[in-house]
Amino acid sequence: MATADITTDAHHHHEQTFWSKYVFSTDHKMIAMQYMFTGMFMAAIGGFMAYVFRMQLAFPGMEVPLFGLVGPNDYNALITNHGTIMIFWVAMPVLIAAFGNFLIPLMIGCDDMVFPKINRLSYQIFLLSAVILLISLAVPGGGFAGAWTAYPPLSAQAQYSGTALGSTLWLVAVALEFVAFLLGGINFVTTAMNSRAPGMKMYDIPMVIWMIVIASVLFMASVGPLIAGAIMLFMDQVVGTGFYDPARGGDPVLWQHLFWFFGHPEVYVVLLPALGITADIMCVFARKKLFAYRTALWTVFGTGILSFTVWAHHQFVAGIDPRMAHIFTVTTLLISIPIAELCFIYIATLYGGSITLSTPMLWALAFVAEFLIGGVTGIFLGASGADIYFHDTYFVLAHFHYTFFPIAIIGTFAGITMWFPKMFGRYMSEFWGKVHFWGTVIPFNIIFIPLFFLGTIGQHRRIYDYTNFPELSLPWMQDLRQLATVALIVMLLFQFIFLINMFYSMFRGKKAPKNPWRANTLEWTTESPPPHGNWPEGLPEVYRGPYEYSTPGRDEDYWPQNVPS
Amino acid sequence: MLRIGGAPVPAREPLVSSAVLATLIFIAAEVMLFSGFISGFAILKAGSAGVWPPPGQPRLPVESTAFNTAALLMSGVFAFLSARAWAREPAAAATPLRISIALGVFFVLFQGWEWVQLVGEGLTLTSSTHGSFFYLIVGAHAMHAVVAVLFLAAAGVSLSRGTLTSERFAATRVFWYFVVGLWPVIYVQVYLA
Repeated sequence: MATADITTDAHHHHEQTFWSKYVFSTDHKMIAMQYMFTGMFMAAIGGFMAYVFRMQLAFPGMEVPLFGLVGPNDYNALITNHGTIMIFWVAMPVLIAAFGNFLIPLMIGCDDMVFPKINRLSYQIFLLSAVILLISLAVPGGGFAGAWTAYPPLSAQAQYSGTALGSTLWLVAVALEFVAFLLGGINFVTTAMNSRAPGMKMYDIPMVIWMIVIASVLFMASVGPLIAGAIMLFMDQVVGTGFYDPARGGDPVLWQHLFWFFGHPEVYVVLLPALGITADIMCVFARKKLFAYRTALWTVFGTGILSFTVWAHHQFVAGIDPRMAHIFTVTTLLISIPIAELCFIYIATLYGGSITLSTPMLWALAFVAEFLIGGVTGIFLGASGADIYFHDTYFVLAHFHYTFFPIAIIGTFAGITMWFPKMFGRYMSEFWGKVHFWGTVIPFNIIFIPLFFLGTIGQHRRIYDYTNFPELSLPWMQDLRQLATVALIVMLLFQFIFLINMFYSMFRGKKAPKNPWRANTLEWTTESPPPHGNWPEGLPEVYRGPYEYSTPGRDEDYWPQNVPS
Repeated sequence: MLRIGGAPVPAREPLVSSAVLATLIFIAAEVMLFSGFISGFAILKAGSAGVWPPPGQPRLPVESTAFNTAALLMSGVFAFLSARAWAREPAAAATPLRISIALGVFFVLFQGWEWVQLVGEGLTLTSSTHGSFFYLIVGAHAMHAVVAVLFLAAAGVSLSRGTLTSERFAATRVFWYFVVGLWPVIYVQVYLA
């Protein structure tokens, strides 16, 4: 095959040194690993921050082991950077960049991204942004302490935030991170459109690839206004302009519009890859075709468009026109319909399947169950009347974590346990995988269900020490806070089981064959791990959709995409 | 590769070349960036209760900028003509491309000269939100114009060496059309409105 000859010639005639293989690689799989391990490193930092400020809330004024006394400014910097890190340096790089880089070329059957050097540049800018963010935590005054949403005037003027240098570095880091994902997203969409294996039509693309592509499109379409807002905020901080300063003709609410115009689609940017990972896992471990592939795909397109019209539900109490609030209430409640529809599609996919409760499948099922709680509690916040009461309480916080934890943590573990045999050519331990699963999911619920109760009775967010508010520090409330904190510590400790399982299995695990899960998609037709160039002996061709499981009249219960009929 | 049954699978012929597709996606993100700037400007101006420009701030040079706008649009036309020429005979694209670049350079320099005048009249980045937004929006466009002119010039150099590919030339032109096409919108929104 002509294309295959070109690929082998282009890619296999040079020796690789340590630097060219691991650090300056243009191979999509290596870039995926770079993104994944950087994301996991940042997750460890973000998780540690959560531990420190939860300790302060449960046991105010206590010396936190491994950290020391938490001052009010430390507390603000910790919650700000916990949020920033978990969204921009964990969810985005792992779910979109790592899985996108690893899966797109392998699942659509090509040898690499269309622009490998831009891909490498994307990771390098991302790494730089992570380093700048970490430096911002250590500069005089401390890390940025104006909350991850960075509302001015708190974020714009140093006399309010108290962290002049920290705020600016934080902003620069976030902006660079966006540039990195812009470059990555251009690559993802272009590659998925132009490099698919011969025969792979639009409806033959695996759902996880579609989801990552649509997420990239949403990201690139929504990030522009936030970059505009960030430039203006940067100029307010550094040059002394007054874009957000009402005393000088500016408008602080303008930032909220620009931020949330991005911020709400961003929820779907990270949700969609997790939904895609879940869909693929469910089909494999239920041995069934994805129910209503085309409906699911068009539903997601619709969700994406609708997600641009809901942003002001974050601003119901910011003084926006109540008539406008009505409109945003309607659009926000509307968007729960397609997401509910997807949940039904997943249930219909599982219905009547021969289900194996493997570790990836457990994560996938937990994703749907937990995300459902996040979605249902969101309905209260989308309704402007209820939101006026709930705004800025722990109800919002618990709702938000019931959406983001399933996405960024459960979705990521689902993906890693699913594709680990392909990434490293070895199995992870199923037993320890399940121990880690239960040890993560049960404490997760024990952390956040109490916070729903605390939020419902009016416990405000972003308060350093509740003992200053007698009506918010009744003994039973303090008990719930301690319960949540203890559950968090248990959950964090269980992550060590995952890390040990992962690193042990990487080198000592049982060797995995090419296609351990008997799956259909193209990545399972090459070696585990795939060599440089992915299919050295010739790129695959595609003859059918990705989910032909349990087809009547066939001996095997799966029918790989590349097998001629 | 031998196949059993079914029609042979044809090789993929992309609808739009990867370079152009990537540029178009990038432009879409850029359009949203400028939408953010311009809608922010419109919101602040709408909140100023009709006093615009703010007291003590100069009027923008609407007339000379109209002339400069025409120069930029002509540059876009010549870029288009160079594409037509390229389709006939690659070497013939050189002259219209040079004119296009020259007009682009003229636009940027004329803009810079206007800025010098305006700063002299008291319109600076920090003098008012009017000044802030003016230099922000027009400056962001000017940066794009400078980068795009450099890309055009690089394409011109490659053209004279015979190493220019039609994908790269197309992607460069598409980006220039974006810079040219964006300007009238800014002119209407910032200078006239």
